[in-house]
Order: sequence, then structure tokens, then C-alpha cells
Amino acid sequence: MANLPSLGAVCWASVPFIAMCFTVPLWDRVYPLVCGMPFNMFWLVSWILITPLFMWQAYRIETAHIKAQEKEGKPNG
Amino acid sequence: MANSTIALSVVFVILAISTFVAFWAGRKVKMDLEQWSVAGRGFGVLFVWLLMAGEIYTTFAFLGASGWAYSRGGPALYIITYLTLAYAVSFFILPQLWDFGKKHGIQTQSDFFQARYGSKYLAAAVALIGIIFIIPYLQLQLTGLGIIMEATSYGGIDKASAMFIAFGLVAAFVFTSGIRAIAWVGVIKDVLLLGAAVFLGIALPYIYFGGISEMFTQLATVKFTHLTLPGSTTNMGYGWYVTTVILTSLGFYMWPHQVPSAMTAKSGDTLRRNACFMPLYSISMPLIFFVGFTALLVVPGLPNGDMALLTLVRQTFPPWFLGLIGAAGALTAMLPAAALLQTSAMLFAKNFYRPVFSPEMSDDSLVKMSKVVVVILTVISLYLALYSTVSLVALLLLGYSGVTQFFPGIVLGLYWKRMNLVSTAVGIAVGEIIVAYLVLNKMDPFMGLNAGFVALAANFIVTVVLASVTSPGTAEAKGSGSQ
Repeated sequence: MANLPSLGAVCWASVPFIAMCFTVPLWDRVYPLVCGMPFNMFWLVSWILITPLFMWQAYRIETAHIKAQEKEGKPNG
Repeated sequence: MANSTIALSVVFVILAISTFVAFWAGRKVKMDLEQWSVAGRGFGVLFVWLLMAGEIYTTFAFLGASGWAYSRGGPALYIITYLTLAYAVSFFILPQLWDFGKKHGIQTQSDFFQARYGSKYLAAAVALIGIIFIIPYLQLQLTGLGIIMEATSYGGIDKASAMFIAFGLVAAFVFTSGIRAIAWVGVIKDVLLLGAAVFLGIALPYIYFGGISEMFTQLATVKFTHLTLPGSTTNMGYGWYVTTVILTSLGFYMWPHQVPSAMTAKSGDTLRRNACFMPLYSISMPLIFFVGFTALLVVPGLPNGDMALLTLVRQTFPPWFLGLIGAAGALTAMLPAAALLQTSAMLFAKNFYRPVFSPEMSDDSLVKMSKVVVVILTVISLYLALYSTVSLVALLLLGYSGVTQFFPGIVLGLYWKRMNLVSTAVGIAVGEIIVAYLVLNKMDPFMGLNAGFVALAANFIVTVVLASVTSPGTAEAKGSGSQ
């Protein structure tokens, strides 16, 4: 079995989910137009750009976590 | 020269170049089963990126997304969201699946079920279900090709002949060069498609309104409600958005053709890194939406939203340019179609036919058989594409409802020791039965929720409960044993 992912990685990765999916009633509006786009589209476009930053954090935490586990002799797989 | 001659010549020259590249890619590698399906598991970050990103840029993204922006409005936003989030989800699935796959020599999705749950019948059933839900996806690509040919020939070539010609080419390059061809031609396709999205998304609003901002200002005045959920629909509100995003982002890597692409990676870490940056790939989607929105103002009232992009391009630009866009579109249909065909052929021959009916079959005859299946599946989806009128996005959502039912079996199977044959098989059966019932009775969305999501929730509960009360014994022994 694969080892469970670290809690930190899961937390970082869930932020884009909350921002782009579950909070839809908060940002699904036309005005204000930002950068020429309706607000909902502007919001999603921003999160396309922000998501890799959060995922990169998740990546750093997760790789450290994997290394730590390998040291403890819990090989992945 | 007639307009249609110019446009069509451009399309066919580009397709001919792509086919040449495909043959060239497969020329010096000996095509055994491992090469044909997972290219010897030797692709690095760049190639895996191209292959995986390439497979999402289908005619769905090109014509379907602009079509939904045109006809539905707000609900189309789910496309931006799910593509971005699907990669975030893959971070927690693909590297683990790769490790497991490497250890057990997995080439197909169905191989996973075989190795993890130790039942060739479960694996065979999963293979068949996968193929069944790949068919609407194939049909989507074909329908897209038909639309493109119709538009670029200015109505001069009938849909049927156009589809036959183009699909002949697809089958040809699946035959000769397998997954390498798909990766290489993917480079041409991605460059053309990205170029087309950026250019059209900026140029069309500029030409007609003086800019994106002006276009939206006008749209907000004329069709204010079109821009938010539920847009021009009555039943696609917040509940539908959230459940559809969950279903499709979890389901993205449940497509059987995604598994072999992931297995081409050199390491699990390649996939984990890719997952961080792939979300950027969906940045082209808003641009494609701009085209759909512009079309809504400039060429309103089209009976089929999927025609919106090409109709607007044809009305705005010279024929050679329409040809260029048409070629980009045709490649976005043909390449994913090639990957889908190759995967389903493998599934049928390797995971269904051989284990169940003919265990002694050699790898060579298996590859031969796969190629026959490619032809049969092409004919089936051609038939469906010719006789159905469902929108491109609706076809894709149908496929998602079906394949996402594999999620508990695969993901819980990777992480949770208690998962076993019974919990997985019953969970999948429950999910698929609910999908079939809701979709066939036209009850999607169901109470404002995506029908596939409803099925997935039931599937998940059944799976978890059964796994908790049954013995993990057999599954664990097979799962962690060598194959």
C-alpha cells in the first residue's frame, strides 16, 4: 500500500478546491468587471495562476515527508 | 480557387505533415507490447507533459467549450475549474499509481484491478465498462471532426465522407506507431491549438468590439444572466456546479487512456512535479470562452452551439486562415481519438478477451487483435456520431459519470489495506447502475446535482461500508504479492 500523504500537502492542495469550487456563491457575479472580465471569470483565471504556487508548497512538504519516511524504513509502495 | 479548396488544402497539408511525423516517430523502435502501449516507461518530464496535456486538449476543449460559453454561458465555467483542480487531485493519485504500476508491470487501468484485487473477471468487467464510456468520448471527437470538415469545406463535403477520411488517418497512425506517434504529433497540435486560442480569444473581441472589456460590457448589458450560473439553463445552478466539478476533477484520471500515459513517465516524482505545473495549461480555456461569448453577440441564434467558433472564424477571416484553425481543430479531434482507440483496443484484447477466452494467446497476436478492435470501435463510434445530435459537452459528461465510478476502487485501493474484491466490485456495480438509470431516464441533473456525482456518492458509501465489514484477506495477499 502507498503511504498516506502528509497532512500539510493535503491542506495546501485543498485551498484551490475551496477557492474555485465550494465558494462559488461568493464570487459568481458579473460586476465588478476586472481586467475586462466578469468577476467570476477573473476569479477563476487568477486561481489558475495561483494554484501552481499552492501545489509547489504541497510538493515541497510531500517530498520532505517521503524522505523522512524512507529514513524510518517505510518504503513507499 | 474556391474558398473551400483553399481551406481544405491547408487542412490536409497539415494533417499530412502530422501523419508523416507519426510514421517517423515509430520508425526505428521495435513495436512490442510494452513499446506500443507505454513506450518502455522512458519518458521524462517534458514528454510526459506533452502527452498528458495533449490528451486534454481535445475537440471538446476547442469546439465544445466555446459552444457551451455560447449556448449555456455561466455553467461553462466549470470547465476552467475542473481542468485546474484535476491536476491537483492527480498529485495524490498518479505517483502512487506509478509506483504500484512499476512493481506489478501495469500497462492498462484494468491491469491495476487485476493486480490489486486478484480477479480476472473484475479486471475484464472494468475493461468493458471503460470501453463503453470511451465510446461517447470517441463519438465526441468524431462529431467535432464532422463539424470542422463541414465548416472548412463551406458545406461542400458531407459529414460522413469527411469523417471517414479523417478517421482512416487516425487508425493508420495508431496501427503503425502506438503511443510515441501520439506524443510527437501532440507537439504540432498543442502549438497550433495554443496559438489559435490566444489569437482568436484576443483578436475576435478586438475586431468586433474593440477589446475584451468592451465585449463583456456589451454582453453584460444585453444578456446579463448569461454570464453567471445557471446562465441560459434552468437547472445548472450552484449545486450542479459544485457536484460537476467534484465528479470531473476526481474522474479526470479515471479515464482508462490516462493510465498508460502516466505509465510512460520515468518516475513517480516526474508525475508529482507535473501535477504542480499542469494547472497552467488550462489558461487557454478562458480565451476559448471569449470566442464563444463574442460569437453570441455577433452570430446569435445558431441551432448548434458547437458550430459557434468556426462560424465566427469563417465569417471574419480569409479561407486559408479558416483552414489553419480547422487543421488545429482536426488534430485536437484525431489525436485524442487515437489515444482512446489504442487504449480501448488494448483493454479489449489484453484484459477482456485473452484472460477470459484464450489464455494462451501470445503478445504478438494480442497486438494484432487490438488492431482489429481499433477498426471495429471506429465503425461503432462513426455510426453513433452520424446519428446523434447530443452536444459535445453532454457527451463528455456522460463518459465522466461512467468512468469516475472507478475512483473508490482505484484510490482507496492504493491507500487502504481493507479494500477487497467484494467492496470494489459491488461499489462499481452500484455506481454504474445508478448512472445508467438516471441517464437513461433523462434525470440528469438529479435534484439539482450532477447524476454521476449522486452515483459516485452511493458507490463510495457502499464501498467503504463493505470494506469495513468484510475480510481484507485475499485482496491484501494478491495486492502486495509479486505478480
